[in-house]
Amino acid sequence: MKILVCISNVPDTTTKVKFTDNNKQVDDAGVQWIINPWDELALTRAIELKEDGNNSIDEVCVINVGLSKCDATLRKALAIGADKAIRIDADPIDAYYVAAQIADYLKNNPFDIVLSGIESSDYNGSSVGGMLSEFMDCPAISSMTKLEIENGNVTIHRAIPGGKQILELTTPFVGIVQKGITNEPRIPAMRGIMMARKKPLEVLSAVEMESLSHIVEFELPVAKASCKMIDAEHLEELVNLLKSEAKVL
Amino acid sequence: MNFELTEEQEMIRDAARDFAQRELLAGVIERDENATYPKEQVKRLGELGFLGMLVSPEYDGGGMDTVSYVLAMEEISKVDASVSVIMSVNNSLVCWGVQKYGSEAQKEEFLKPMARGDKIGAFLLSEPEAGSDATSQRTTAVDMGDHYLVNGIKNWITSGGTASVYLLIAHTHPEKKHHGINAFLIDSKLEGISVGPHENKMGMRASDTHSVMFNNVKIPKENRLGEDGQGFTIAMRSLEGGRIGIASQALGLASGAYELALQYAQERKTFGKEIFKHQAIAFKLADMAVEIEAARFFCLKAAWLKDQGKPYGQASAMAKLYAAETAMKVTTEAVQIHGGNGYVKEYHVERLMREAKLTQIYEGTSEIQKIVISRGLLA
Ligand SMILES: Cc1cc2nc3c(=O)[nH]c(=O)nc-3n(C[C@H](O)[C@H](O)[C@H](O)COP(=O)(O)OP(=O)(O)OC[C@H]3O[C@@H](n4cnc5c(N)ncnc54)[C@H](O)[C@@H]3O)c2cc1C
Ligand SMILES: Cc1cc2nc3c(=O)[nH]c(=O)nc-3n(C[C@H](O)[C@H](O)[C@H](O)COP(=O)(O)OP(=O)(O)OC[C@H]3O[C@@H](n4cnc5c(N)ncnc54)[C@H](O)[C@@H]3O)c2cc1C
Repeated sequence: MKILVCISNVPDTTTKVKFTDNNKQVDDAGVQWIINPWDELALTRAIELKEDGNNSIDEVCVINVGLSKCDATLRKALAIGADKAIRIDADPIDAYYVAAQIADYLKNNPFDIVLSGIESSDYNGSSVGGMLSEFMDCPAISSMTKLEIENGNVTIHRAIPGGKQILELTTPFVGIVQKGITNEPRIPAMRGIMMARKKPLEVLSAVEMESLSHIVEFELPVAKASCKMIDAEHLEELVNLLKSEAKVL
Repeated sequence: MNFELTEEQEMIRDAARDFAQRELLAGVIERDENATYPKEQVKRLGELGFLGMLVSPEYDGGGMDTVSYVLAMEEISKVDASVSVIMSVNNSLVCWGVQKYGSEAQKEEFLKPMARGDKIGAFLLSEPEAGSDATSQRTTAVDMGDHYLVNGIKNWITSGGTASVYLLIAHTHPEKKHHGINAFLIDSKLEGISVGPHENKMGMRASDTHSVMFNNVKIPKENRLGEDGQGFTIAMRSLEGGRIGIASQALGLASGAYELALQYAQERKTFGKEIFKHQAIAFKLADMAVEIEAARFFCLKAAWLKDQGKPYGQASAMAKLYAAETAMKVTTEAVQIHGGNGYVKEYHVERLMREAKLTQIYEGTSEIQKIVISRGLLA
């Protein structure tokens, strides 16, 4: 069995977001790129399954649609334990474009299980996994919190409001990973980092296609207003402020 | 000239940071308070390959460069210097010497398990009467033909109680002064070896420091490391590299305390504004940032020289001196910036300050570094 993990290259979660080009572009100067946290969990689970002798997973690959700045992220995925990385060389404009590129790759390179994150922490589209399953004409299991494989039988847990759903299914399918799939993303070990030097990172050209959307403008959320605490004993002050500052009285 | 880290060096730094933040931070205050040896954490350090990161892959190590080692030591020391001292001793004081001077059999028996982290190494040089003056070794290793017979006491040995491998320094030919000193690589459980009580220390309380007594211990001839009489050279060369490790530890203590202080200064308000907006505090943080950056350059320069195969003794002594002094200064200021909270354990900075003190003492005190550096000036 082979697992493909889709990797989105996202700014570190502590990044201060700024825009350029009349608010049409995210300014990536000084941005630290990381593996999208959900994808890191998906990759960790895939490697755990490969290491656990109870199933026949013999290959874990990662794929990204992105430009060469994503290579460092892919090499980290290799250091964590993926066997091979594929990058489709394109500036991904939207989720449809990403899903179509990955689907095109899968036509000639079939995988039994394709994992994607439930969302990418940059644009939070939550759509690549679902679109991909449509292209592949196979089921998509969203919000997957557990993935077990024993002797070829796949068991999946899904988080549903107020509980969980347990499913059994056959491959191929797209698993859309939610937190809980594994405890913690795996930290690459020195040995893994060393071995990553020799693992393949294949760069493929993208298929020609139009994106279905274009960006008009980005806007930051309005800054949270500051909060004034007024002592319970100074009620007149509260009334005054409601009149003079908040102007609601 | 190039100040960029490679992608791999960044990956190693991030791995060390993730490990420290996720796996060391949670229990560090309790481990310090109760002086509990970080057993689980050291095991993980081994699994991740940090304990043997400088050892060649041929001997099961990570084969990483010294620059990466500095980066990893800094990140781990920001959070738990008791763990990073175990890493430093194992990598630079024990594994390094075995890789450089050891026989193939010694590498097979001792280096490989240490590089994998299955066994921990300790470095036994200091004695009650031989600290700064390491040449006055009183521990004797008498040549008995087919073995050496060892008697004496070693003091202040990091990992003394937990290590399975000892790199021991002892005198065989006292008449030859330091040219008569030998180094040995031994199993810590040999008959006649006993370990004193855990020292109740001011800082790095979770690392186990012990005296180790040798009473008629028979050491087979094949356990001598290097040539007869080469022991002092081995010890001094090991310390040259070890100082890069301790300098990076000091750097981590300083930068860890600085990061906490910078954060605190933006949150704590007095007189109606964040204390960072009081110039006295902002300037303290500016001074701290400058000195930390300088200490980091010293550490990376020494590491880079070592990686290039160039002499690094002078650079590592400078790095150790400057970084240790910086650590003491910066951690003290970090406590000051935290005010009363700084004096309370849950804010971490008081612990970092206690730990920083040790970096001015072990692997050559600050005064001894000045001796090394000043001698180097005329060389
Ligand atoms: C305005 C804009 C600008 C962008 N600029 C850049 C850029 O400069 N550089 C860049 O690399 N990307 C860029 N992207 C692409 C973006 O990072 C996403 O890859 C893409 O938009 C899909 O995002 P999503 O939120 O819909 O994904 P979601 O559907 O939320 O993602 C879910 C999962 O799909 C998979 N996935 C998502 N994106 C990819 C991908 N690219 N490759 C492989 N798997 C993926 C992951 O497993 C992820 O967890 C840009 C996107 C937009 C909208
Ligand atoms: C927690 C801890 C862990 C340690 N771990 C190890 C270990 O794993 N292995 C090991 O072998 N050792 C270890 N040591 C020992 C450490 O290296 C020594 O304590 C250190 O070298 C200082 O020696 P000393 O304590 O004998 O001090 P002394 O040599 O007695 O020095 C006392 C003071 O005199 C100063 N001084 C001495 N000589 C001179 C001089 N010529 N000129 C100017 N000033 C001088 C010193 O700088 C110091 O301020 C450890 C020590 C501690 C506290």
